[in-house]
Amino acid sequence: MSHLITLQANGAQIGEDLWQLVTLPASQQEVRKQAGKIVLFKLTGEQTVTPEQMANTVIPSSGKIILPLTVFIARHAQLQARIANQEIGVCLDTHESLADLSQAQADLNALPIIAVYVERFADGRIFTLGNLLRTRYGYKNELRAVGDVLRDQLFFLKRSGFTSFAMRTDRSATEAIASLSDFSQPYQGAVDEARPAFRRYNR
Amino acid sequence: MYKYDEIDQSLVDERVAQYRDQTKRYLAGELSEEEFRPLRLQNGLYIQRHAPMLRIAVPYGMLSSRQLHKLADIASQYDKAYGHFSTRQNMQLNWPLLADVPDILAELAKVEMHAIQTSGNCIRNITTDQFAGVAPDEVVDPRAMAEVMRQWSTFHPEFALLPRKFKIAVSGTKNDRAIVQAHDIGMEFYLDSHQKLAIKVWVGGGLGRTPILGTVIREHLEWQHALTYCEAIVRVYNLHGRRDNAYKARIKILVKALGIDEFKHQVEEEWAHLKDAPNTITEAELARVAQHFEPMPYEALAHHDATYDAAIASNPAFAAWAKRSLHAHKIPGYRSVTLSLKTHGQAPGDASSEQMHAVADLAAQYSFAELRVSHEQNLILADVKLSDTYALWEKARAQGLASPNIGLLTDIICCPGGDFCSLANAKSIPIAQAIQMQFDNLDYLHDIGELELNISGCMNACGHHHIGHIGILGIDKDGSEWYQVTLGGSQGNNASLGTVIGPSFSAEEMPQVIEKLISVYLAQRNGEERFIDTVRRLGVAPFKAQVYADKNTAKAGVIA
Repeated sequence: MSHLITLQANGAQIGEDLWQLVTLPASQQEVRKQAGKIVLFKLTGEQTVTPEQMANTVIPSSGKIILPLTVFIARHAQLQARIANQEIGVCLDTHESLADLSQAQADLNALPIIAVYVERFADGRIFTLGNLLRTRYGYKNELRAVGDVLRDQLFFLKRSGFTSFAMRTDRSATEAIASLSDFSQPYQGAVDEARPAFRRYNR
Repeated sequence: MYKYDEIDQSLVDERVAQYRDQTKRYLAGELSEEEFRPLRLQNGLYIQRHAPMLRIAVPYGMLSSRQLHKLADIASQYDKAYGHFSTRQNMQLNWPLLADVPDILAELAKVEMHAIQTSGNCIRNITTDQFAGVAPDEVVDPRAMAEVMRQWSTFHPEFALLPRKFKIAVSGTKNDRAIVQAHDIGMEFYLDSHQKLAIKVWVGGGLGRTPILGTVIREHLEWQHALTYCEAIVRVYNLHGRRDNAYKARIKILVKALGIDEFKHQVEEEWAHLKDAPNTITEAELARVAQHFEPMPYEALAHHDATYDAAIASNPAFAAWAKRSLHAHKIPGYRSVTLSLKTHGQAPGDASSEQMHAVADLAAQYSFAELRVSHEQNLILADVKLSDTYALWEKARAQGLASPNIGLLTDIICCPGGDFCSLANAKSIPIAQAIQMQFDNLDYLHDIGELELNISGCMNACGHHHIGHIGILGIDKDGSEWYQVTLGGSQGNNASLGTVIGPSFSAEEMPQVIEKLISVYLAQRNGEERFIDTVRRLGVAPFKAQVYADKNTAKAGVIA
């Protein structure tokens, strides 16, 4: 049974996943721990993708696929025909840069889907990335949350501009749909409704 | 004070339903510990030493009599008939049952209260000056803006899971009483040269493990932009704050790592996109909220009251209390009154259900049915007629709420510590009680004068020990409890962080250590000089010498 929730005009539905998520092979490189030194800008503890990982990533030769950002950027030239054919989407990790994406692919709306992978549900960077994709980069197509996606974050993800949710498969996606409407009249403006309560209602 | 409309009420009601379902799923094993943790924390529920602890939000410290009655009833029904008022103006219950919390929240919702975002890695309760709206030195009443910001921060989708907790304080006075420099964001409201409401924005302050005072990121921000500017700050933090190490995850570490200039550059760049977005506050919205904070229907009174003057002259006990507990008010003939939750021998900040009912009644009778919680962990009736103060004192005294120690050594700020809190390294309440008993002589206490003594049971610094004139920090050494002493910290416009005086002490030594510090001060002070000013003038050396004199002799003896 599918665990993909998609927002539709007539409400959220569980539907078949037409996209295949391509993942990087595991890194062989030893993990070097930071020893309590002061953080460098943008260095928040994540490993960068190694050249071997990128080279060893197997890209299916046909069908709709979502590629990791690093692979998408590295193989961008080869992918032109498939991008034009609406077969290619991109997946960002929460520490990756939207500027890098937009540099490689000026017209984001040529991509039918962008996914953001959240390794741990408590990583709230996914909300800012969703917001920026919608408000700063003008992205209009499907925006999907993948990874450790749980019911209790759905409301915030929806408000941050996400339109589909690949729910963790050990939980009921059917039950999770209810949490998309946990709150009916949020206070602040966000992506799904830009006007705060004080502009929506005559309070 | 602010009254909910349908939108406000629907949010807290829906929150109760949401949390009831989350609790049900957790108890049914459908949510793991780890998954439930941020959910319960964002509802103020900690798992503590003996039982869960529930932190109930008191937005910017304001309560109505009706709300306080409800808190008292909840404490009686679901807890051991007392509550603890915290340094962030909230109220904590130490013994609720996890399964009861949804019912407690439902009770709170009936009186327009909640526990939303009182813990967890999100924007917490916004705090302010306990004398907001009535202080003579106030330039701007910050409460309307605090409420606008409370609403904006409630369930803000982008900032639901930040790297770490995020605290905002607002103030609108010449003399800061909200410690804006010790918050992730501090907002100081003022009137600019065109007499327009403006904000000086501080960022990157905080106590805790790495105490840092905030830096000004913007000298002048028009009030309309308060929310979008905060969004820019929190967005930069959300993306770039550390998430790999909880001890280095506060915004202050990011600001230090980048430097204020680079941090500011990034914030301003972000704000260029957000400025004038729909979250920009409208005149109409500020006016709508501000009408809830209009001045009370004060009577026209004389500056002096003959019955009050007579009582002061004839009753030394009343006079001693009045000297410490009454505060200037902007309206002639009125005073703000602090009711002390620091009765000697009692846990600082604790109030029984009976006391809460009594204070709620006193507020209804003498102060327009409203009261405030101070970050010093006392309760304040903000609008009392001078002519009513004597009657109020008698009733408060009968409830053990009239210790004349406000602002004195025994008005100790203290976290719950190792008796309750699972984070604590050492107990804090017994230290406070021992010091209160050591200085139980009122004349002596008044002679020592203004002194702020703050105690934290661990480096998370809930007791604000860094900014106490005397700070005490509980530490763990090889499994036993020790106490480190700092001198020279202070809140206010000249905020400073205390200096550690030397090796730590055992619990038994602490009252004597304080006694020795005081003896140096009394011997060295110039006239009316306050303790903190003597410390600033002399430095810590003479205090240190006195406190460690015996220890050094003892060591010398061993060597000999």
